This record gives sequence, C-alpha cells and structure tokens, in this order.
Amino acid sequence: MSSAENAIKIEARDLEFYYGNTRALKKVNLVCHDRKVTAIIGPSGCGKSTLIRTINRMNDVIAGTRVEGKILLDGRDINAPDIDVVELRRRVGMVFQKPNPFPKSIYDNIAYGLRINGMKNKRKIEETVEKSLRGAALWDEVKDRLDENAFALSGGQQQRLCIARSLAVEPEVILFDEPCSAIDPIATAKVEDLIERLKTDYTVIIVTHNMQQAARVSDYTAFMMLGELVEFDLTDKIFTNPSNKLTEDYITGRFG
Amino acid sequence: MKPATRKKIVQILGFLALRLAMGLVLAVLVLFLYDIASKGGGSISWEFLSKAPRKGMTQGGIFPAIFGTFLVTVLTGLLAVPLGMSAAIYLNEYARQTRLTRLIRLSIRNLSGVPSIVYGLFGVILFVNIMRFGTSVLSAGLTLGLMTLPWTITASEEALKTIPNSYREGALALGATKWQMIRTNVLPYAVPGMLTGTVLGLARAAGETAPIMFTGAAFFLPLLPNSPGDQFMALPYHLYIMATQHHAILQVRPIAYGTALVLIALVLGLNMTAVIVRYRMRRKQR
Repeated sequence: MSSAENAIKIEARDLEFYYGNTRALKKVNLVCHDRKVTAIIGPSGCGKSTLIRTINRMNDVIAGTRVEGKILLDGRDINAPDIDVVELRRRVGMVFQKPNPFPKSIYDNIAYGLRINGMKNKRKIEETVEKSLRGAALWDEVKDRLDENAFALSGGQQQRLCIARSLAVEPEVILFDEPCSAIDPIATAKVEDLIERLKTDYTVIIVTHNMQQAARVSDYTAFMMLGELVEFDLTDKIFTNPSNKLTEDYITGRFG
Repeated sequence: MKPATRKKIVQILGFLALRLAMGLVLAVLVLFLYDIASKGGGSISWEFLSKAPRKGMTQGGIFPAIFGTFLVTVLTGLLAVPLGMSAAIYLNEYARQTRLTRLIRLSIRNLSGVPSIVYGLFGVILFVNIMRFGTSVLSAGLTLGLMTLPWTITASEEALKTIPNSYREGALALGATKWQMIRTNVLPYAVPGMLTGTVLGLARAAGETAPIMFTGAAFFLPLLPNSPGDQFMALPYHLYIMATQHHAILQVRPIAYGTALVLIALVLGLNMTAVIVRYRMRRKQR
C-alpha cells in the first residue's frame, strides 16, 4: 500500500471545533490522499464524528457551533465565505451511522439527489440509478423491485442503498460515519468490499469503532483521543509499529 | 400472600381501573349523543336542511345557518391553514432556538388557551371597528381564523417534529438546499399530520359561538349572504338563540336539538375527512 504519490485531496490545518464553549477538536492536522481510504479511529466521544462532519459542513445545522482553523478541499478553504455549502455537499457525500433511506421507493431514493440537482431527463436518471446501484453492489438484489419502498430492504441493503444514493450525485469524496455499527457481520463484509472498490474512483474517509475494520479497509489511519489527533500514519504502520504509546495501548485493547 | 400472586392482583386491579375510566368516558359520550339524536332526529328532514326558518323561526329549516357556518369555516381555513403551516415551518425548520423563539412558542401555546369570548371582543375592536369590515362574514372568519391559528401552528409544529432528522441530514448531504430539503423530504411526510391537527382546529372553530356573535352572526336573515361584507346565520349561534333566547322556547326545542345534531354531524364530517385524507396520503407513500 505504498501510496505517497497520490495528491492531497483534503487537509485539516489546526482545526478546532466548538459546541458552545466545549472544544471538541483541538488543533487537528490531517491530510487525506486522493483515491485512498483514510480511517479515523478512537474511543467514544473522541471527536471522530465531529471531525468527519466538519468536512461536508454537516455541523452547520447544529446551533451554537463554531469552527476555527482550516479545512482545505483541493487546496481551497471550505469555510471561506465564497464557498457554496450546497455544492460542497454534492462534492463530498456522506453515509451515516444508521441507514437512513427516505420513505420513498428504491428508485426514488437514488433519483432524489439527481432531481434536486436539476436533472430532468428521465432516461439519464434511469441510467444513473442503475449505475449507482451497481456501484453499490445492490443492483442484482433489487433490480426487479425498484418500485418497492426502501424500508422493505434489510438493514445492510438499506446501507448500501444509502451508498448508492450518494454515488448517484457523483461526489469526489465519500465520508462514512461508522457505516457498519448498525448492521450485521455479513452485511458489514459487503460494505467493506464495497469501500475497497470505491477507492479506485473516490477519496474515502471512514470513521469506525472497529479496529479490525480500519485495518482491513484503510490505507491511512488517524487515531484520535479527547479531541486530539494522537497519531496519523499508514495503516500498516499504525497497526504494527505505532510511534505513540497511547495508540499502541488503544489498538492492543488496553482501553477504549 | 406470595409476591407473584400479589403482583398479579395489582395487575388485574390496574387494568380494571383503566377499563372503568374508559367505560365511564364512553358512557357519557354515548348518552350525550343518544339524547341529542333522539330529541333532534325527528326534526331532520329535507326541508329542515334545505329551507330557511319561517314564522318567527318556529317552523321551516336551518339552511342559512348551515350555509353561513360553511362559509365562515372556509374563510377561517383560508386564513389559518396557510399562515399556521408557514409559521410552523419557520419555527421548526428555520428559526434558531433562542430565548426569543422559546418565548414566541410559549405565547402561541398560551394563545390557544385564551377563552373564545376574548377573541370575539378582540375581533370586534380590530376587524369590525378599526378595520371597518363591519359585522360580516369577513370579520367573523378573520376572528375565528385568529383563534384557530395557535392550534394549527402547534399541531403543524408537532407534525414536523415527528419527521426524523436523518431525512433532513440525508437530503442536505446530497446537496439539497434547505428549502429543497423541506419541500421534498420533510413536508410530504409531515403534511398528513399537519392536516389532521389543522382540521381538528377548524372543526372546533365551526362550533364556536362567542367569537362570531359580535362580529357577524345574525339572529335571523331573510337572505343568504352574497358577499364577504354581509352578515350571516351560523349553526352554533342559531342553536344558542333557539335554546335560550327564543320567545317560544319550548315550542322550538326540537329545532334546537335538530340544529345541534346537524352541527355535530358537520364537525364529525370534518374530522372524518381529516382521517381519510391522512390515511390516503400515508398509503400513497408506502
């Protein structure tokens, strides 16, 4: 997994994040390489989810929050006043912890993002729906029942539907916020396979509680604790020879 | 006594108490409806529903009152439904949750508890006198609309609150604007609930007497209102007159009961409509 040649897609510089007066991120510096998988691990409440949600500015919707420092996407500060947050979110997709299909048909779930982004051509929508479902390895399971409500799918299928939904709007980055914590092991394996394949086209960042998962799917791993980025390195390095004592204690299961 | 037996007895007694409470409520309701239906059913006829009162309101029908109530309720709806839903959308989706919005919300809750006669007097001052709409369908409709607003806002906001945040976040994460998110991924699922609450509010407004008796309802009119500036007859006010103010009160008692029956049927009809609309919309989403 030597990969130093890939360009930097996302970079956090001295990133701080506040919920009211509580500082949830402390001077986080992190780079995510293009078309690589970066995993963020750490104990509950360490700021992993907060960090990933700053990348598509999902925290904007929470009242009383504040960002300091910078996050650069292709070198541009995403919190700059001239950045259109709607366009940012189209470029940086997100898959949430709990599968959150909309109470619409499978087809309309995928088409949703296309329609709100102004696509009217029916054939084009149809093509993209199929392509996205194939991309999320769900097509074969649902192709005969696209009109069914998405709630009829199993949890694992729902999560892959959500992945397909974010693929449909052709993002450049996909953020996964603990995507497997609410689904069973077999479904988890499928999602992991999928992430492995997605990195040929997308930059992937995944927050996970599961260290084996980070080791399996990621190229780089960031270990966080109490809002601080403790260590960031190639995944192989982190899991075989961490430089920080805290990282070692965590991955060997001494706490967390 | 063994603890297990004790637990069982407590359980049985608990259920019994709940059943009894339910039965009591139901009994009162049935008794009430039976009384009205049995005493008013006899006066219901096609003539009663389609003709105007005659001979000092001792004979004839109540059509002008049905028509008036219908008209005023429509006007009430035109004011309270769009305004109430919009205010609820603003409060729940757009407004930051500050001390000011909490105060606004509290005031709205309080307004829904203000006695209807207060709204009636307020309507007289604002619509009849200051705005010079006179005693009219318009003044009465606006007064009832104001009275219904807190109910529609509260009901609509509650409906919006039941929509999981994951629908909102999911839409935003795909690059939806806030309004796109609300219009396509929140409202479609909230509207059935909003409508139910709203129609319940309207049904309540349709049955109110106090807000309309100073603002537009008339004791008796030979003609139907043909503009919003006219006065009108209304079912609840007609009932009030027939039950307490008429010169031949015993003679018109069956008419009073008949009027009550029609009013209840109307309110029931409105509520049923809400239930059916909600059911249809929910099913369409499956």
